[in-house]
Amino acid sequence: MQEAMINRAKQLLADGAVNRVIGWKRGEFAYDITPAVFETAEELEKEFVYDDFTAANVSKYLVKESKKEGKILAFLKPCDTYSFNQLTKEHRVVRENVYIVGIPGGPKLDAEKIKAKGITGILGVKNENYTLKIDTVYGEEIMPFYEAILDKCATCKSKKHVVYDELMGEEGDVLDSNRFDMVEKLENMTAQERFDFWRDQLSKCIRCNACRNVCPACTCEKCVFDNPNSGVENKAPADSFEENMFHIIRAFHVAGRCTDCGECSRVCPQNIPLHLLNRKFIKDINSLYGEYQAGEDTTSRAPLNDYKQDDCEASIVHERGVE
Amino acid sequence: MQRIGVFVCHCGTNIAATVDVKSVAEALGHEPGVVISQDYQYMCSESGQNLVKNAIKEHNLTGVVVCSCSPRMHENTFRKAAAAAGLNPYLVEIANIREQCSWIHKDIASATEKAIILGKAAVAKVHLNAPLTAGESPVAKRALVIGGGIAGIQTALDIAEAGFEVDIVEKNPTIGGKMAQIDKTFPTLDCAACILTPKMVEASQNEKITIHSFSEVTDVKGFVGNFTVTIKKKARFVDETKCTGCGLCTEKCPMKKVPNEFNMGLDNRTAIYIPFAQAVPKVATIDPNFCMMMKTGKCGVCSKVCSVGAIDYKQEDRFIEQKYGAIVVATGFNPIKLDKYDEFAYNQCPDVVTSLELERLMNAAGPNGGTLLRPSDKTHPHKIVFVQCVGSRCDDSKGKPYCSKICCMYTAKHAMLIREKYPDTEVYVFYIDVRTPGKNFDEFYRRAVEQYNVHYIKGMVGKVTPRSDGKIDVQASDLLANEQLHIDADMVVLAAAIEPDKTARPLATMLTTQMDTNDFFTEAHPKLRPVESATAGIFLSGACQGPKDIPETVAQASAAAAKAIGLLVKDSITCNPCVAHSDELMCNGCSSCEKVCPYGAITYIDKEFKMPDRTIAVRRVASVNPAVCQGCGACTVACPSGAMDLNGFSNNQIMAEVDAICK
Amino acid sequence: MQVNENKEFQPLIVAFCCNWCSYAGADLSGTNRLNYPSNVKIIRVPCSCRVNPMFILRAFQRGADGVILCGCHPGDCHYTSGNYFTRRRMTLLFSMLDFLGIERDRTRVEWVSAAEGAKFAATMNEFTEAVKKLGPNRRLEDLRCRKQ
Repeated sequence: MQEAMINRAKQLLADGAVNRVIGWKRGEFAYDITPAVFETAEELEKEFVYDDFTAANVSKYLVKESKKEGKILAFLKPCDTYSFNQLTKEHRVVRENVYIVGIPGGPKLDAEKIKAKGITGILGVKNENYTLKIDTVYGEEIMPFYEAILDKCATCKSKKHVVYDELMGEEGDVLDSNRFDMVEKLENMTAQERFDFWRDQLSKCIRCNACRNVCPACTCEKCVFDNPNSGVENKAPADSFEENMFHIIRAFHVAGRCTDCGECSRVCPQNIPLHLLNRKFIKDINSLYGEYQAGEDTTSRAPLNDYKQDDCEASIVHERGVE
Repeated sequence: MQRIGVFVCHCGTNIAATVDVKSVAEALGHEPGVVISQDYQYMCSESGQNLVKNAIKEHNLTGVVVCSCSPRMHENTFRKAAAAAGLNPYLVEIANIREQCSWIHKDIASATEKAIILGKAAVAKVHLNAPLTAGESPVAKRALVIGGGIAGIQTALDIAEAGFEVDIVEKNPTIGGKMAQIDKTFPTLDCAACILTPKMVEASQNEKITIHSFSEVTDVKGFVGNFTVTIKKKARFVDETKCTGCGLCTEKCPMKKVPNEFNMGLDNRTAIYIPFAQAVPKVATIDPNFCMMMKTGKCGVCSKVCSVGAIDYKQEDRFIEQKYGAIVVATGFNPIKLDKYDEFAYNQCPDVVTSLELERLMNAAGPNGGTLLRPSDKTHPHKIVFVQCVGSRCDDSKGKPYCSKICCMYTAKHAMLIREKYPDTEVYVFYIDVRTPGKNFDEFYRRAVEQYNVHYIKGMVGKVTPRSDGKIDVQASDLLANEQLHIDADMVVLAAAIEPDKTARPLATMLTTQMDTNDFFTEAHPKLRPVESATAGIFLSGACQGPKDIPETVAQASAAAAKAIGLLVKDSITCNPCVAHSDELMCNGCSSCEKVCPYGAITYIDKEFKMPDRTIAVRRVASVNPAVCQGCGACTVACPSGAMDLNGFSNNQIMAEVDAICK
Repeated sequence: MQVNENKEFQPLIVAFCCNWCSYAGADLSGTNRLNYPSNVKIIRVPCSCRVNPMFILRAFQRGADGVILCGCHPGDCHYTSGNYFTRRRMTLLFSMLDFLGIERDRTRVEWVSAAEGAKFAATMNEFTEAVKKLGPNRRLEDLRCRKQ
């Protein structure tokens, strides 16, 4: 796949169809992958990577990149296309300046899960019949492939590309995923149990803002938490209770806009399951206002910017679930 | 540094009896920024206001907090007082310690404590108040009236009378509307045409009035004082400026089998037609669905006989754009379709007619020249049954939940006219209630019963069945006598409910005005602003706002005209300064705010920004039109970055109040 | 949180009221001398749709024990549609607070018209009682803001 992508990218560069390519490159470790922009065939040859660790959603980078001179080639996984569409809808990316090549998605691997097996010094991985062969500085290790995949890939919602200019490989379908299982499990706990769960989780937050920085729905020119006029400006946590405010508001601001790409939880250094907050909103929206998948199209009205005269009352919260 | 003055009102004993006003003034005097804190018996009195004014001058105050009654009561009073003393009126805040404190709490200690907290919240807020200046927006001195029925005509005449240009847009080839189809009017029984047609002529001859007949509004942009409207002048295939209305073409046209809308399809007209003799403008129109020339290219008779060469088969729709300061909606009503009412056999039997059809049947210019004959066999009916509330006051989906209001009276009129002209005809009226509120209305109804011996029967008609002998079997219940009735009628007349014209809903969307679930336009206030819509600059005239009879329609039409004139006489309008505004540096241009704005006040512009690295970036940013924004604040919450904020109720101000209360 | 002499817990209730209906309704309950507890402190907003979830969270953080939002009845909004947006926003926000384990009875939306003075007073009495039963808000409070 990587070879084919590099070749196609070189071709498009050579044709002058695009003048840049956004993809991924490797850092210090095999699993240390970051999105990167390539401008020449040489750069592509040297550094372009696409493998089991290239999970990062590059669509957010296009907010800036698509406003530059010339067209950029973006390789988008199915989940990334939802984010891209949502950004197009909100006028955050310039669609005409992006040439989208849809590529098959994951499941991608979670290096932390491999390390949790006591496997360290990872140099590279290979998936052979769903057995993961891990090349380490200490020799080869194996583990079942599906035990090493990212949580967000384990609950994948769709293998379909909702926007692209060309497609590499087969087009997939929207999946019947079990992504709301954990939300439901929490809903069925008592309020005290839920509170304890979230208290444990949110108190781990160090306000590094990784979730905010990676989130393709969080593309504000200036975040409300950085704005002195918002009344909620704050930089770093001085008290764990601050996290209530930050994470609730962040989830609320992306409600109806979050495509459930799962990047927030993937990048959280404290492993807080932040995506559950977003999924709670998605689940509520689906059940109260009708099925809605953000990013599926570029024209529908976001559920929070819409209403029906016979919408349920807020008291519905009191009437359902476990107290 | 802020210099805030606090003024605590006793309101006689209204506040002072439950709130210790002295300690409130004392406590608030210690709040940061407060330089003077006083109490007074009646702060709203002239001497109370002088106290405020003098303090503003003496202490050079930057903000004023008045602890008194509800801001809904005296906010304006104190704002004016502040302005008179040279302080921006929007630097005044009211703490409501009467309605929401002294009047509802009995315990002096807790009421005083709460009053202090409310005062602190107001002080905290006023710290963040910014001086606001109301903007001004110019007014285009021209009005648009949409709909050319009696409502539109009256409104246009009144506005023109005041000296302003008015355009009437009427979708039909002639103005006149429903009233032109009516035979006589209640409760005076004078002829509708005799009172309407002079008004139509007056409108056409008034040099301030332009009539766009056979036209539609297709686009509305702008806001109060400054609307830009696109009007589609539909092709009528006759040059309006040349046609003299001689009618020769309509006589010669070979296509004579077109259902005549004006006579409710009860007779036929030609493909080129003038709806009725007194039409305004009296100009022929070709119906392209029936014209042989248009359909087959063979004929051209009208073109040949037209001595002025007005016929133009190639005419196309034209669009004109015009600026208006005010728009009056007068789109009127229609009787509902009775397709769903199988029990009344309306679709099965030609002798079951609606009341409007009866009007035409009785009209001298109608299909029978004014002689009442059954549509089926042109014989004289001897027994007529009127059914009231067909589709009105209906709780199922077939009809309308409201009372159509005019049916009781026109049915009494019909019954009376028939009994007067044809004393040998028996008339039965089935009703739920007879509703006759209106000047001389009940007297009129009683005349129908007492002098004309119309049989009024309280009860509903269950089934109407046409019989093979030409009679119609009417099955009904008499609720007062508690018996079932069968009447072998010659004709049945259904008082069909009326509903707003179908063009009203799309028009409301264009105008961003509100409608109720029945598609009647909603007035800005049901009691106090009955002829204005909630959208500034849009006024309501006639039945588009709710069922109405002619006198009410005319009264409302003149009222709407007065409101429109009140707007047009101004050179500019003062805008509400408590409007939303977007911080361009923070705006993402995501369009969330636009989606929740009920007034269409937000647009997006591409704007160049100098970036920190000295490059120029073009960004899409929201821009609020302060003349259109009404200050609800929906956009401020839809905005994720907080770029959108509301003057007078900013994020900071409300947050400061929250903090002060929760401290 | 306030503690009075007989040590009964006195909750702090913040009520956001829209200017056109609910604030006028509150005025009416005053005009009619219909009592409700002084625990309730009203903040005037032009429309219920002006209420940002941040205001509600902030109130809780700073020590409010209950927050109630009042607006015009659906269909009667002075600004046509504001309260419809409010309804969706608050439904989702309250559901999220519930999801985080915050007691449901601390939040409420109530539609009160300018004519419903009695409803306003009754609602406030009822809501204050409900919050009183829950005791002080500790789950969403910022401890640094607690009064000494």
